[in-house]
Amino acid sequence: MSRIQSLNPAWLLVAPLLALVAVMFAGPLLNILWLSFTDPEPGIANYVALVEKTSLQKLLWTTLRVCLITTVLSVALGYSIAYAMANVAEASRQRMMLFILISFWISVLVRTFSWIMLLGRNGLLNNGLIEAGLISQPIPFVRNELGVLIGMVHYMIPYAVLPILAAMQGIDGRVLQASRNLGASPAQTFWRVYLPLTKPGIIAGALLVFILSLGFYITPAIMGGGKVLMVAEYISVQILVTLKWGTAAMLAVLMLASVLGLLYVLSRFMKLSAALGGGRT
Amino acid sequence: MTPARLNRVIAWSLLVFLVAPALIAIPVSLTNKTYLSLPWDGISLQYYREVFSSPEWVSSFFQSTVIGLTSAALATIVGTLAAVGLWRLSSRWGEVVRGLLLLPLVIPPIIAAMAFYRLYVPLGLIDSYTGLILAHSVLAAPLVLITVGASLAGFDRRLEQASRNLGASAAQTLWRVILPSIRPGVISGAVFAFIASWDEIVVTLFLSKFTVYTLPRRMWNGIRENTDPAVAAAAVILLGVTFAAFLIWGIAQRRARRAQGTT
Repeated sequence: MSRIQSLNPAWLLVAPLLALVAVMFAGPLLNILWLSFTDPEPGIANYVALVEKTSLQKLLWTTLRVCLITTVLSVALGYSIAYAMANVAEASRQRMMLFILISFWISVLVRTFSWIMLLGRNGLLNNGLIEAGLISQPIPFVRNELGVLIGMVHYMIPYAVLPILAAMQGIDGRVLQASRNLGASPAQTFWRVYLPLTKPGIIAGALLVFILSLGFYITPAIMGGGKVLMVAEYISVQILVTLKWGTAAMLAVLMLASVLGLLYVLSRFMKLSAALGGGRT
Repeated sequence: MTPARLNRVIAWSLLVFLVAPALIAIPVSLTNKTYLSLPWDGISLQYYREVFSSPEWVSSFFQSTVIGLTSAALATIVGTLAAVGLWRLSSRWGEVVRGLLLLPLVIPPIIAAMAFYRLYVPLGLIDSYTGLILAHSVLAAPLVLITVGASLAGFDRRLEQASRNLGASAAQTLWRVILPSIRPGVISGAVFAFIASWDEIVVTLFLSKFTVYTLPRRMWNGIRENTDPAVAAAAVILLGVTFAAFLIWGIAQRRARRAQGTT
């Protein structure tokens, strides 16, 4: 019997999407990898520039710093929400979950625009404070790194909540009772029993937030006002303005490799479909 | 106040913080001033009138709707077929392929935009409906794969066998037995796919120029230039459609749960 005949006909159902993904992603991504070694001339010059050019180092450092701070803040605040959700009655939990879901659904563009309206130089907050006589000069909330962080943390908190909540709901309540019965205070029980038990959730949430932050484009571009240059915005400038495909391709390869590497680590802490399914589903 | 209670207060404040800022567009869109402000001394609908009478905004609204619906339909069809295929296979290779098909969800949008751009320039698909619809479909299909996959996990395989044993063809079984029982997953997937396309901006920024100009694309320009309250009105419309879709999803879910309860 030939191989073709032994192929399960169910593959026919998978074929259209598989073909679409292969044509739209696999081919062009290989092309980008190729470009990173060949444009403008063959060699590894694009990658060497990472060590030689201080502008690129500054770019990577800004991206890393913003992503790390975003991750820490989102996980800390997300932990608070998840803890409350894990310890309330079912009806309250569903109400809280509705807020999380709604927040997932709000367009990133509308969010960013809203922050500009609220916090901009002539925004509602600054105008209000000036009219109230509390300040004489507008406070620069946006068009700087603070603005980028506000926008990103606001977007990322829900992504941190879901894996942490999943870990909390998996905890056997009897362990906590045992800790209390053995004489530990509530604070001790939290810090020495509860928190360590939620560690896989914390790590998964942190990785997820970090991965998503790495590629962020809209929020840094608008909230940073051109002053906080992160990799995604830099790539877009290279492609649409300066037409330096080699540099853009090199940065894209770097970003994609980091994302896939971290996803692999994440897959060791939780089922990927669970982590991804947490998003807009 | 005990620490747990204090935390509950903090958590609720955070949840309100997650949702409330985006709602500021509603009062701002109703202002009667010419700049972004709250409507303290009078409500006016002038900016909605402006948006609905401007050929540019109307055209963007129309384009976003067409692209959103078409991409959602395409993503739902290929996504559902693939989900059923992978469910039937339930093999190790199937799981590898499932992982591969979910990748578009985690690839940073900027890299997807780059990939499509590379592909489209030689094909002449930049700034075309076809190009944007294909791009949005491939980005949204994994969402369908997830929701339909979840529905299939609860589907009793013996029903499929029964249908085949009673003489139905594979296609008949798919159409008349499998599809009706995974309908909630298909509807969820379609709604998510529509919204994913409806408010997509990064890929659109790269693939559209003059001809194709979706609602988010036009808003992006408005935000970067000197913002007038018409953009706030457009934002409210954008959000409104998203929430209408969200409501449809909620109703479909509730119905499905009730139907499950009665059988």
